[in-house]
Amino acid sequence: MDLSLSTRTEGDRTVVVVGGEIDVYTAPKLREQLIDLVSSGQYHLVVDMEGVEFLDSTGLGVLVGGLKRVRAHEGSLRLVCTQERILKIFRITGLTKVFPIHGSVEEAVAATD
Amino acid sequence: MAVVELQLSPLPAHVRTARLVVVAAARRAGLDDERVDELRLALGEACSRAVGLHRLHAPDQPVLVTVQDDAGRLTVVVTDCGPAAGPVPDDVAGDLLEGDAEEDDDVVAPDVALAVVTGLVDDVTVEPGPGGTTVTMRWPLAARQPGTVL
Repeated sequence: MDLSLSTRTEGDRTVVVVGGEIDVYTAPKLREQLIDLVSSGQYHLVVDMEGVEFLDSTGLGVLVGGLKRVRAHEGSLRLVCTQERILKIFRITGLTKVFPIHGSVEEAVAATD
Repeated sequence: MAVVELQLSPLPAHVRTARLVVVAAARRAGLDDERVDELRLALGEACSRAVGLHRLHAPDQPVLVTVQDDAGRLTVVVTDCGPAAGPVPDDVAGDLLEGDAEEDDDVVAPDVALAVVTGLVDDVTVEPGPGGTTVTMRWPLAARQPGTVL
């Protein structure tokens, strides 16, 4: 399955809903989306990954790139993910310490820490 | 004898092709679902790494992927013609966070992909050589039912 992307606004947060596979082939689309959001002044992002079926280190690289971009504007990038097979790669790479990972979009949107 | 052998032109789209083919071969060989997930990610990482290196250093050479099923185990080998792999980094998150945001972060350092492979798979060997690197991953297979034809 290919990558699907959609965005919506919830308060001062922009929720990016990602579905399908994020790999070396599709990651550039996610990268463009994150760059577009930051360029248009949206610095508080919530990336909903509940529909993601596959994520590799290329995808992680894009998420880290997004995090760096929003941080440059004192923004935030939060992830929503409860799928064990996706969480595993965040644990292996130590990125669970870098990204706030939430159990639901509601929780991520409400988070202020 | 290799059950499945693939030669991939170094294109990102073919990494998915490799995942689909190797996962199908592994399922057929009887690899359990949890390990199939592990294989899908590890193979994807090994192939992304190899394809990325070939695009830079050997665009005309194919990346080789073989799947073997014998003696109760599945062996998947990814061979590239890129520069020899360096040591696997200890601090992957730190590596990824380094550098500024304007860098091309679509290209994850090849050692990050290797760190994921070695973190995921219990039985993996990485053999760097002058002509490239061979990544060999092995998984045990459940005993096949007598009479099953591979």
